[in-house]
Amino acid sequence: MSAEGRRRALRLLGALAVTGAAAPAGWLGGRAAAQGYAGLGADAEGYSQVVEGRRFAFPRDRGPHPDFRIEWWYLTANLSDAAGRAFGVQWTLFRQAVSPDPGLDGWASPQIWMGHAALTSADRHLTAEKFGRGGVGQAGAVAQPFRAWIDDWRMESLGDAFSPLRLRAGGRGFSYDLGLRAEGPEVLQGRAGYSVKSESGQASYYYSAPFLRASGEIRLGRERVEVSGPAWLDREWSSQPLEADQPGWDWFSVHLEGGDKLMLYRMRRVGARPYLSAAWIRPDGAIERLDPAEVALAPAAEAEVAGRMIPLEWTVEIPSRGLALIVEPLNTAAWMDMSFPYWEGPIRVEGSRAGVGYMELTGY
Amino acid sequence: MNWRGFLWALTALASHWRRRPLLLAAALVGLAAATGLWIGVQALNAEARRAYDDAARAMSAAALPALVAEGGGPADIARFGPLRRAGWPASPLIDVDLVVEGAPAPLRLMGVEPVSLPEAAGLALFGGGEDEAGNDADADAPPAPDYAAFTRPPGRALIAPATLAELGDALGVGAGDRLATARGQTPPLVASAAAAPGVLIMDFGFAQRLAGMEGRTTRFLLDPDAELPAAPLSDIAPDLRRAAPRAAADPAQLTESFHLNLTAFGFLAFAVGLFIAHGAVGLAFEQRRGLMRSLRACGLPAWTLCAALGAELLGLALLAGVAGIAGGATVAAALLPDVAASLRGLYDAPAPDALSLPLSWWLWGLGMSVAGAAVASGGALWKAARMPVLDSARPEAWFAAARRARTRQGALAGALAVVAAGLAAWGEGLVAGFAMIGAMLGAAALALPLALGAALAGLQGLADRRWGPLAAWMAADARQQLPGLSLALMALMIALAANVGVGSMVDGFRLTFESWLEDRLAAEVYAEAEPGAAPRLAALIAADPRISADLPEWRAETVLDGAPVELRGFADHPTWRTRWPLLEAAPGAWDRVAAGQGAMISEQLARRLDLGLGDPLELAGGAALPVAAIFADYGNPKGQVRLSNAALAARAPEAERGRHALRVTPPEAAEAVAAELDAAEGVSAMEQGSIRALSSRIFERTFAVTGALNTLTFGVAGIALATALLSLSAARLPQTAPVWAMGTSRRRLAAMELGRIMGLALLTAMLATPLGVALAWALVAVVNVAAFGWRLPLHVFPADWLRLAALAVAAAGLAAAIPLAGFLRTSPAALAKVFADER
Repeated sequence: MSAEGRRRALRLLGALAVTGAAAPAGWLGGRAAAQGYAGLGADAEGYSQVVEGRRFAFPRDRGPHPDFRIEWWYLTANLSDAAGRAFGVQWTLFRQAVSPDPGLDGWASPQIWMGHAALTSADRHLTAEKFGRGGVGQAGAVAQPFRAWIDDWRMESLGDAFSPLRLRAGGRGFSYDLGLRAEGPEVLQGRAGYSVKSESGQASYYYSAPFLRASGEIRLGRERVEVSGPAWLDREWSSQPLEADQPGWDWFSVHLEGGDKLMLYRMRRVGARPYLSAAWIRPDGAIERLDPAEVALAPAAEAEVAGRMIPLEWTVEIPSRGLALIVEPLNTAAWMDMSFPYWEGPIRVEGSRAGVGYMELTGY
Repeated sequence: MNWRGFLWALTALASHWRRRPLLLAAALVGLAAATGLWIGVQALNAEARRAYDDAARAMSAAALPALVAEGGGPADIARFGPLRRAGWPASPLIDVDLVVEGAPAPLRLMGVEPVSLPEAAGLALFGGGEDEAGNDADADAPPAPDYAAFTRPPGRALIAPATLAELGDALGVGAGDRLATARGQTPPLVASAAAAPGVLIMDFGFAQRLAGMEGRTTRFLLDPDAELPAAPLSDIAPDLRRAAPRAAADPAQLTESFHLNLTAFGFLAFAVGLFIAHGAVGLAFEQRRGLMRSLRACGLPAWTLCAALGAELLGLALLAGVAGIAGGATVAAALLPDVAASLRGLYDAPAPDALSLPLSWWLWGLGMSVAGAAVASGGALWKAARMPVLDSARPEAWFAAARRARTRQGALAGALAVVAAGLAAWGEGLVAGFAMIGAMLGAAALALPLALGAALAGLQGLADRRWGPLAAWMAADARQQLPGLSLALMALMIALAANVGVGSMVDGFRLTFESWLEDRLAAEVYAEAEPGAAPRLAALIAADPRISADLPEWRAETVLDGAPVELRGFADHPTWRTRWPLLEAAPGAWDRVAAGQGAMISEQLARRLDLGLGDPLELAGGAALPVAAIFADYGNPKGQVRLSNAALAARAPEAERGRHALRVTPPEAAEAVAAELDAAEGVSAMEQGSIRALSSRIFERTFAVTGALNTLTFGVAGIALATALLSLSAARLPQTAPVWAMGTSRRRLAAMELGRIMGLALLTAMLATPLGVALAWALVAVVNVAAFGWRLPLHVFPADWLRLAALAVAAAGLAAAIPLAGFLRTSPAALAKVFADER
């Protein structure tokens, strides 16, 4: 991202940062950039709260939930071209309300949107960031026919049905234009979509569409490449901040050979064991929460990225399923140098099962 | 160091001032005037530059490329979403004048959308930021306003602290208060350096409502740093078109001449002030020669004496410095409104609104004062250091040196005159113009004592033959006095010449300007519609039977040769053909321009682009047009091109079409017509008499600073004369005592003395007049042309000369009054004692 863009983003961040009480850590488990972004409005008062037992309904829940403070549409895809070269694509749209007053539209809308896009190959990592104002058409999301957009970045259904979709974004030196097709159902994470992030009960609503198939064209510099591969969409929203002693998280999504999917994350805590959560998704879409006690997730090797030491190789062991995996990044330099920096990039999985996926490491 | 000796020497030296308070006052006033005026002028310059910097932040919004409505007027805000989704880096901007109830002047309302606002807009809304290295680029940047508070009701209205203070004076409002407007209240005010003076920045949503522009925007700014999408604009928003950035003129460049002018004045004042101080300190040195010899004879080492003299001077300099800076700040604060008026009126430049003197200025001022004292007294110190112990305390008028230097002075005057003539013949540009004026004034000043000497010699001869010995003595005595007075007289002459010259220019300008306004404002009423209100205004005009002719004036802007140029369209009508003042015109100029086959250009533009009649003028949007006529456009910092409305619309489809010049029959109805139109929403109308009055008022304000500076120059010259006379008065006793002893009464002698001084002043004034005319010529023909691009006819005003001469004589009389009052009180014993003294 250009220095210019960074200045811009920082100014905006500066503007946003005063809106909330100073929360040292970011928000709920979820994801990404949200470390800083979500932590802004640490005060959840006035927003709708996440409670267990909510019934999810589609297509409604594909659209925004403006009465919650923060929300995202988070898509990652592991792509490869005809020659077998691997690429990764990230497309993320964040929504944040600066005030718990969802009813207002137009210029008085309290919603502000942020988009992140990235394209990663084995030796390049290109990113871009956008901000947009809600209520006036610049950025937003609609449940049906589904579309989510910020400026000319968009993820939208091509017809009335959710799938197929088209996904587009770009920045300096890269762009992508992909079709997405659902080959399996959306699955509710946690307890029927109620996803707990800490022992003290912080939670979000969280569901995934892990069975998307992407195909289309990516542009890296002047090179245009036809690619295809599995994609994963996460949808999450909440109003609660993270605990003050949770500096960040390590999150993994894995497409295993044979069609099984694995999602796991650990919320790190200062001076305590991380809070671990994991789910096994069978090819037919059946999802099973794994007992944290039977999952071992551990960093194997650190590397220096952007001036900080980050654990970029991991081991995952789930003895009950005979699973022992080694996780390695496609490109160690997949640093998202945004207004809220974090590491996010495609991974390769080897060991007892092979696979590909995405890894997100925040708070380093 | 022998501290006791040092202190005793210092005490002894300083005791002199107690006996001569007036001399002390002269030295202090001289140094203080030098320091104060210099600092004052520098403070004004610095404030003006700061105002440009402040304004540059807000002004740059205009310098961005933009999307504007195809037919002129506001654009549809509904285009915002589609534009963004198509990849256009657009951000809406409302930019209108906002009338605040009870406020002295309208504010400029800028409604921005902070999220999409391009960085390059430079509104610095959310402050801070990083430079390339990631360091905080601007630690002084305004603190980031709260985004939520800025965009969510009731919002925030950012306003420059100075503007807030002005509104506070006028309306009693402060931070957190809301301003009342015709369309409701503004968001609460927040003082912010992000806003330029006179600008109110708020979120687009609030601005829309206050501007009465719901659903519309003045324009969409485009981020110049972002890539534009490949898809054509017509696919997304066929009612919009791209507009080139409006070229923002650099005010610092435009106002260069003005600041050069001020600096030159400051330097002149500094020099005159130093003359005064030099005179006083030199005299004090001469008067204390005996004392110093005694101190040295008592065993005080030369360098201790020098140290004591130096310490004394340092004390004087610091005292005068403090007084000078305080005085300078007062003068600058008093001049500030005038300077601001000049900057706004002449250059359309943002003007300073408040004066501040930070600590560094005080230090600089004291430094200047000390340096000035050193320059003024260096010679005296040097002499004290080298003074032989046993040298007799032979008083030597310090000014005798001037007499010895007469030949040298003459030669220097000649050389400067040659330089001035050379610059007049071959010099180009503003700096050369000022250098020529400097050389001319310098030559004249140096030649003054010679000229006065020659005149007095002539008078003396005449008096010898015709008027008797007393008159002859008076003339001879005046000659003898001349060297001591010459510096002060030089200052007087320069002040007089500056008054004559600048006065001629300003009055000449006024004459020209008024007759030009008379012609230029040929229509009875001028009406203008805000964007969007143009159809309403057109309907009102069409419906009014008193309006006999509607002459729409379309307007657009373009850039020629890197500088902004106004494009003006006009309707072909006898009103313009008969009244519009043309400086030069090709045959059939009006017909050709009306037919779209020619353009009229302003004198400034013609000079800048070096265009004459018939030369092709390259304008965007079509073939080059031949220059059909050149017209005067006084007071406009921008160049102007006049075309027929049709030709303008063909080249600049974005032209604003809301302005109309209206002929009213009968003309007496003009006031009523203007008032009725003005009452319509979004329409402002003025009757031509009011415009003329307004223009004249602006004109007077514009040149107010010139008048004020003239008065100050005169004042400094008066002080110089008074101190010179004062320092001479003691030395003059030996000259007057013999005449008194021969039976001339003190009263008579005093009258003669007064007459002599006033006569010298009169002579000086007579010599200053041609110099002033030469100065006026230089200003009108050289400096004005270089600075503004227009040339004025040279007018002379002999009545003014007489008034000035009388003023000079009166000032000289006043300056002589104090020493003469002292002389009248001199006891006969003191006069008689002159003969007892060793001299």
